[in-house]
Amino acid sequence: MSGSLRALFVSFLALFIFSSSLSVNSFAQELGFSEHIARLAKSKLREKAELIDLIAETKDPRVPDLFEDLLDGDLYYIKKTGQIVAIEKVESGYQASDVLSLKSLGVVGKRSVKKIGVNNALRRQLRSYIATFNLSSDEANVRLEAAKALLKAPEASFLPILDTALVAEADADVRSAMVIARSAILLASDDAEQRLVAVNGLRGATDKKVMTLLEQLLLEDGAGNSAEPDERVRQAAEEVLSSLHTQARVYKVMEDLFFGISLGSVLLLAAIGLAITFGVMGVINMAHGEMIMLGAYTTYVVQLLMPNNIGLSLVVAVPAAFLVSGLFGVIIERSVIRFLYGRPLETLLATFGISLMLQQLVRSVFTPLNRSVITPEWMSGSWEVNGMLSLTYNRLYIIFFALAVLFLLIQLLKRTFFGLQMRAVTQNRAMASSMGIRTGWVDAMTFGLGSGVAGIAGVALSQLTNVGPNMGQAYIIDSFMVVVFGGVGNLLGTFVGAMSLGIVNKFAEPMIGAVLAKILILVFVILFIQRRPRGLFALKGRFVED
Amino acid sequence: MKRDSDKLSPFTSRSWLKKAGMAAGVAALTLSASIAQAADTIKVGVLHSLSGTMAISETTLKDTVLMLIEDQNKKGGLLGKQLEPVVVDPASNWPLFAEKTKELLGKEKVDVIFGCWTSVSRKSALPVLEEMNGLLFYPVQYEGEESSKNVFYTGAAPNQQAIPAVDYLMEEVGVKRWVLAGTDYVYPRTTNKILESYLKGKGVAAEDIMISYTPFGHSDWQTIVSDVKKFGSAGKKTAVVSTINGDANVPFYKELANQGVSAEDIPVVAFSVGEEELSGFDTTPLVGHLAAWNYFMSADAEANDDFITQWHTFIKDEDRVTNDPMEATYIGFKMWAKAVEKAGTTEVDKVRPAMYGITVDNLTGGTAKMLPNHHLTKPVLIGEIQEDGQFETVWQTESEVPGDAWTDFLPESAKLISDWQDPKIMCGNYNTETKTCSGQNY
Repeated sequence: MSGSLRALFVSFLALFIFSSSLSVNSFAQELGFSEHIARLAKSKLREKAELIDLIAETKDPRVPDLFEDLLDGDLYYIKKTGQIVAIEKVESGYQASDVLSLKSLGVVGKRSVKKIGVNNALRRQLRSYIATFNLSSDEANVRLEAAKALLKAPEASFLPILDTALVAEADADVRSAMVIARSAILLASDDAEQRLVAVNGLRGATDKKVMTLLEQLLLEDGAGNSAEPDERVRQAAEEVLSSLHTQARVYKVMEDLFFGISLGSVLLLAAIGLAITFGVMGVINMAHGEMIMLGAYTTYVVQLLMPNNIGLSLVVAVPAAFLVSGLFGVIIERSVIRFLYGRPLETLLATFGISLMLQQLVRSVFTPLNRSVITPEWMSGSWEVNGMLSLTYNRLYIIFFALAVLFLLIQLLKRTFFGLQMRAVTQNRAMASSMGIRTGWVDAMTFGLGSGVAGIAGVALSQLTNVGPNMGQAYIIDSFMVVVFGGVGNLLGTFVGAMSLGIVNKFAEPMIGAVLAKILILVFVILFIQRRPRGLFALKGRFVED
Repeated sequence: MKRDSDKLSPFTSRSWLKKAGMAAGVAALTLSASIAQAADTIKVGVLHSLSGTMAISETTLKDTVLMLIEDQNKKGGLLGKQLEPVVVDPASNWPLFAEKTKELLGKEKVDVIFGCWTSVSRKSALPVLEEMNGLLFYPVQYEGEESSKNVFYTGAAPNQQAIPAVDYLMEEVGVKRWVLAGTDYVYPRTTNKILESYLKGKGVAAEDIMISYTPFGHSDWQTIVSDVKKFGSAGKKTAVVSTINGDANVPFYKELANQGVSAEDIPVVAFSVGEEELSGFDTTPLVGHLAAWNYFMSADAEANDDFITQWHTFIKDEDRVTNDPMEATYIGFKMWAKAVEKAGTTEVDKVRPAMYGITVDNLTGGTAKMLPNHHLTKPVLIGEIQEDGQFETVWQTESEVPGDAWTDFLPESAKLISDWQDPKIMCGNYNTETKTCSGQNY
């Protein structure tokens, strides 16, 4: 709400400035501006590209907002009159305002307006123009982004604007980004001297885009002739490029490591609930994946309930998913599994049946279609360490989240009375029972805890993959693999198992492909279990033997 | 155990045979009774998975067929009879498709079947259809290399989807480097084989093509996206041609967006992402990526508006989308109805010849015509994904493209043609070199 108020204020301000400067603006120019805009409605995509250039040339103060609206797909025309309007989506429909007079036209019907479509080429064009506008912004961040955006589409026509901005620039980071963007533009210059200066200006720029540009310069045609005619420029470019390649290799290893840890943390999250139900209790729980699924659906429901606080919804979803999945776990344990302790085959079949029932339940309640779980702002995008290495936020958060869950669970098992009871029951049921522990109650709570933790994993996974009735099945095999590999009954083993499988997988994948990497991991785990049937960290002691 | 069964087997097997014979007799009796009873309706079989993995896509098609039947019945049915839908659930279980086809043709005696989505399910039903002389309308884009007497393919063949999409990228976008990414099963493997040979024929060097396969349900796209990025930074415009299975595309797009690769840098064109697949997602990171289909819900045509209104009224939900396989189902149904009217009967052997040359208006304007190779003429549309999950058409073929059962870009299929009308050919795999029909098994 405050955003739209501010936009309104700004547009009023712009209107004020505009009307006062109208006398300066020649009448012909104003006519040109409105005419170009009017033509936007019905022109083909190629004509639109020319129109955008023409509109930008008018240097009208309304251009930046207009381009932003067009880029965001908020520019429409009214079907009957052909009037061009900017649309803001409000609850009651579309709030329209005229782009020429900037006057609000009130709410219009969805069917009475049609969007002015843009394609990728137009988006790139618009983004470049917006970047040139932003070069003179007051905020250093905006200027930095603008300079980086210009690097993506270096055009000779932006050179004067960039030069002006460079003179006025005080911030060192922004300056160097601008110099790189300027060099990138100069690479296409006709003058070999200028190109040489440009190549040298790109020295020390750690950026993939720079690599692409230099590669382009050195590209050979069919006859083996390089695109760059000048020998000195070629040499300099090759030099810069080879140092960039060395850097890229180092960052590639770091990136693979990050990918591995990230996959490991996903495996850890998926498996950690199973480490309790299977590892500690010994129940072969085929419905474990469905507990993850229930957690993911809980996230979806929470987002439905609080559509205006998507950022907060995940925080609420974590305890909610724990409760929902945990409750289902307790019900399953009390109604089915408790009659089947010590009969692994029957448990396996029964829980497999439960998993199918839960999937069908979800299908009936939520339809078989995948559900849309929105990724909050703070989880999208990536942390750009530099132009070569960027770590995606969603993966980063999930790594920390997985570690936090692991830490809390270990504390719960080791430090609390409930944890003590749990360990006692699973180690020696008869003895624990004769000590006065309500073993039935502890069983139910332990199974509920394992299921609840799986539900929490579902919240995290809803941010990475599709939320649908089958999502649990994708994780069940991986979960068992991790628990068995790490050592049954040992949470730390699960951690080490998940991380090592994740990292091995991600280092193998670029070399042999995703399909083979997965097969390789399975074969490796099978062979490993032949050597050490109890996994990496085997439990020792008398109770192990039963 | 073994000894017991040995001793008992001669006796039991014989008695079982007897019982089975009796049961069959009884069944035949009741069946003939039920046929007599049902003679005043025309039975339409619906063979779409309503549970399991494929339910996400196929349930919609079942509803579409039911809507079309309801509509046809309101108009007085066919040949003065009402249509009666027979819905079965093959549960995304491929062998079950064969069993359910047998059930539809043998027990229910349906006159026509609308169904299947995956190629493997169609291949599973195929022998039953051919043996019992059934009629199947298959409404999904597929890899081609097939033309059965008993199947009409109303979805796109590769030359009506994949090839034009690649042409668009090459000519309009100027793409020089290609990533062919797919899920590891038959459709992507065949399509990529065709595309690879097509690209090489167009002068693309082997080092400018990267092929990558992922397992089903792959959700960790970090490495692949990073590889694509690296592949794309070699100085030539790069695009990804995705035959990744349906909704697995979405985590892929998400990862692309998170790693800062936008559609403006490296566009992804997908062949199995439609409005339905997108309706379950936050499409902001997908804006600008491409899809090639023969129909988009956003198509500006009156017939399309009517169809959307009809769908919304039938399903009682204004938010439901329409998609390409729904249009293919619509065209198939209308064609079958026309052919039945023309033949004056629902008998398969009379309806089939009546099908050739029948035309039905597309929902996007233009007409679809059934060719003697059991494929359709279709317009090809390239659309960019918008924020609302719809497609903005950025390019389309000038006229309809006739579907080609056997691709011209694989040496072993180039010499094969299919023609079920020409009395000299009359088969789905005629080898133009040896002039025989046993060119290749499908």
